[in-house]
Amino acid sequence: MMGPESPPATEDMESLALSDSVTAGTTATPSSLSSPSPGSASPSSSFIDPPSYAEAVFSPFEPQNDAAGASGSSYRRDSSPRSARAAASNYLLISVSDPESVQETANSLVSGGTTYVTYLINTRIRPAAANDGPSVFSVRRRFRDFVTLAARLAESYRGYFIPQRPDKNVVEGQVMQRNEFVEQRRAELEKYLWRLAEHPVIGRSDELRLFLQAQGKLPLQPITDVASRMLDGAVRLPKQLFGEGAATQVAPEDVVQPATEGRDLLRMFKELKQAVSNGWGGVKPLVVEEDKEFLERKEKMQDLEQQLSTTSQQAEALVKAQQDIGETMGELGMALIKLTKFEIEEATFDSQTMRAADAKRVATAAVKASRLYRELNAQTVKHLATLHDCLGVMLAVEIAFSERASALLTVQTLMSDLSALRARVEKLEVASSRIFGGDQSRLRKVEELKGTIRVTEDAKSCAVREYERIKENNWTELDRLDTEMHDDLLNMLKGFVINQIGYWEKVGNAWTAVEEETSSYFCVSESN
Amino acid sequence: MNLVLCFATGCRGRALRSALSKVLFFAFVYDEIMISPERSPPRSSSQSPRSPSATPFLSISVTDPVKLGNGVQAYISYRVITKTNLPEFQGPEKIVIRRYSDFVWLHDRLAEKYKGIFIPPLPEKSAVEKFRFSVEFIEMRRQALDIFINRIASHPELKRSEDLRIFLQEDEETMDRARSLETGIFKKPSDLIQIFKDVQSKVSDVVLGKEKPVEETDPEYEKLKHYIFGLEEHLAETQKQAFRLVKRHRELSQSLADFGKAIKLLGVCEGDTLGKVFSELGSKSELLSIKLQKEAHNLLMNFEEPIKDYVRAVQSIKVTFADRANAFRQHCELAETTKLKEINLEKLNIMRSDKAREAEIEYRELKAESEQATRKFETIVRLMNEEIVRFQDQKTADMGLAFHQFAKGQAKLANDIADAWRSVLPKIEACSLNSQHD
Repeated sequence: MMGPESPPATEDMESLALSDSVTAGTTATPSSLSSPSPGSASPSSSFIDPPSYAEAVFSPFEPQNDAAGASGSSYRRDSSPRSARAAASNYLLISVSDPESVQETANSLVSGGTTYVTYLINTRIRPAAANDGPSVFSVRRRFRDFVTLAARLAESYRGYFIPQRPDKNVVEGQVMQRNEFVEQRRAELEKYLWRLAEHPVIGRSDELRLFLQAQGKLPLQPITDVASRMLDGAVRLPKQLFGEGAATQVAPEDVVQPATEGRDLLRMFKELKQAVSNGWGGVKPLVVEEDKEFLERKEKMQDLEQQLSTTSQQAEALVKAQQDIGETMGELGMALIKLTKFEIEEATFDSQTMRAADAKRVATAAVKASRLYRELNAQTVKHLATLHDCLGVMLAVEIAFSERASALLTVQTLMSDLSALRARVEKLEVASSRIFGGDQSRLRKVEELKGTIRVTEDAKSCAVREYERIKENNWTELDRLDTEMHDDLLNMLKGFVINQIGYWEKVGNAWTAVEEETSSYFCVSESN
Repeated sequence: MNLVLCFATGCRGRALRSALSKVLFFAFVYDEIMISPERSPPRSSSQSPRSPSATPFLSISVTDPVKLGNGVQAYISYRVITKTNLPEFQGPEKIVIRRYSDFVWLHDRLAEKYKGIFIPPLPEKSAVEKFRFSVEFIEMRRQALDIFINRIASHPELKRSEDLRIFLQEDEETMDRARSLETGIFKKPSDLIQIFKDVQSKVSDVVLGKEKPVEETDPEYEKLKHYIFGLEEHLAETQKQAFRLVKRHRELSQSLADFGKAIKLLGVCEGDTLGKVFSELGSKSELLSIKLQKEAHNLLMNFEEPIKDYVRAVQSIKVTFADRANAFRQHCELAETTKLKEINLEKLNIMRSDKAREAEIEYRELKAESEQATRKFETIVRLMNEEIVRFQDQKTADMGLAFHQFAKGQAKLANDIADAWRSVLPKIEACSLNSQHD
């Protein structure tokens, strides 16, 4: 039973046809759709048929465990903005599958060595030339490799909104045998790789390429843990403190790294001191974040993050409420069915049989409605997951902004350094000039310092360049974010609304039928 | 409807006017969805006031709940309006003020006098909720009382009772007096004593090693008892779920309101076109929240209440079972005692004893009592058989209406929700088309 025909209906028919043509070329296998809903069995005259339409258009990620990467896309192609981005990347397919437990051989001295899980990663690359077939790659990686990849990307792409990797799990060793955990991680890792691939810059990075294609051990420098970094730094520190030549200088190449990542403890302390003086000293640093527009944007981002977070919470509550009402409706239906059965068994009067029939109609509709609510909810969860994804992006934004701040801090620190060095030189020159013929030791010191100044100036130029680079990355990314988030949120709303319309229409139909079947009772009471 | 007339016929003082205005809003909402008074199709004794005056009619409304008194003493008074052309009543219209305990009085009197008849049930006493006097509670009670009194008025036997006439016609002082005589201390102990007697006799039967307590063995009656007890269970479960469903509607309503608000705030962060879409969506969400609240209320009044009413009716039948069992036992006991007396009398007659005449008188008295008890029992059986038919018909009609209201409400809700979301879709479409052109 369809509502009155109206223009929106025809528009939607068109867009439906449009999305059909987009999905025509995909390898989406029908079997990978989740269990067919009973509601879709009846021919629906409504232009919105939620079970199949919604599934096809609005389910971005289906956990697939098929080992074969060539057939059966584990990343459903659809008409959403996300897939448009995926289509623009080099990668036709990325799948993470087939988790396997591996015994840690290195620590075999320790009795009962640890195990870890490796995942099979299959990728298909878009062919370079029109006639070439796609190239296919297959590697095995463990979670630690993902961590390395993430770290390398964070270093090389400062200022970009880098998609964040799945969390480490502290109790990894204990829960690792549980299939649920592994499956969840597998899905998250797949999602992560796709996010990376979709990023216009990072998707084309060497790091990602190596990760996905290099056979055997991952050829990326693993990060050492903080402790050993500190240890290395500590070895250098005494030399730095005693001002021994080269050790004091910040190597220009180091400058492109944030202080905390490197091994230069002294630099860390200096930047910390600078940060403190920026914040507390009331001393205006020599270079400040002057970009008003940026500051405005930053504030907007913070606001957006807050609202996304609230909305995400409310979305969760909404989903729960929808679930609850579906459950209770189902239980009511069951209670009525039991009542019906009982009345029929015990019937001695016609009125009982009639009543039982009425109860059964209501019960059937209630059970049907309950099932529809459940399906509606499953779809709603998928749509509103966009909010969650957006929050993930906001985290990347935060990180990118903090990289900018940290780069700025490096510049500020070096500038403070320079002015301190220059002041020392001046003092020494003045003191030396008082002595007739010059103070050789002092003059030697001056020369040394001037050397340090030159190196520091180089470092400063590097740091400034790095800072500018990061700033620029920030800006391009912000523009990209605007468009992408706009598209994603709009798509989410659209999916959510279409979903609601479709399912509630069906629920309405079910109840209208019962309403009509029981209308005689209403007429009787009305006529009195 | 009647309600409008009530307000027109004058208030009971300025102090009550503010309370009335609150109820007025409520009444207009309820006008639409109130279940019309209980009528079973074949009976024509109660008809709409619009029918020609030649046909007898008796129509009652319980309206206009007003809170009186303070603190612990507070209670709700109702205006009971009787419209009739029957000669026994002061016609064409009589208005009295009654409170809940007056209804209880009427119910208990009828229960005493009309054993065998399923007395229409009253809404629960609820000592606690009374103090909170929520608008919903008051309305539910008023509706239930209205249905109660009209059921009595349409029952062929009950409507002829003097107690009903007193209830509908006498002024408040007379009513108060009548009530204080019957209710309170007087009534309760007699109830307790009766219950105690029943338990006592059961226990003594077992203790004295008598064969099982005297019970009917009518298979059809057994079936009926089995049916009623089973029915109560199933209905209770259904009512529980119905009540929960009401709660769920309220919860969903709340979450939609919160979600709508959050979406609106999120929209403020976004740019112009997208922001507007968000804002529209948020508003719709809030609108739907209100619709859900309404449906929750509709569910409560027009689905859950009728089911609860059904449960109460079943419980009333169980009371009649107890009455019948008592009557049966009395009839059996007296019959037995009479028989013994008869045998004894014969013996005395044969012996030509002096006590024979005395015994004869006693025997005749006892025999009369026994016959009365038997008649009483048989009346109950006869009445019950009629009542069961009535009950089944009535319940099919009641539940049919309740199911209809339920389905109607749910259908409207679902369609309203679909419509609301549908109205946002064009804006979303327009927004995505725009962004594609950028």
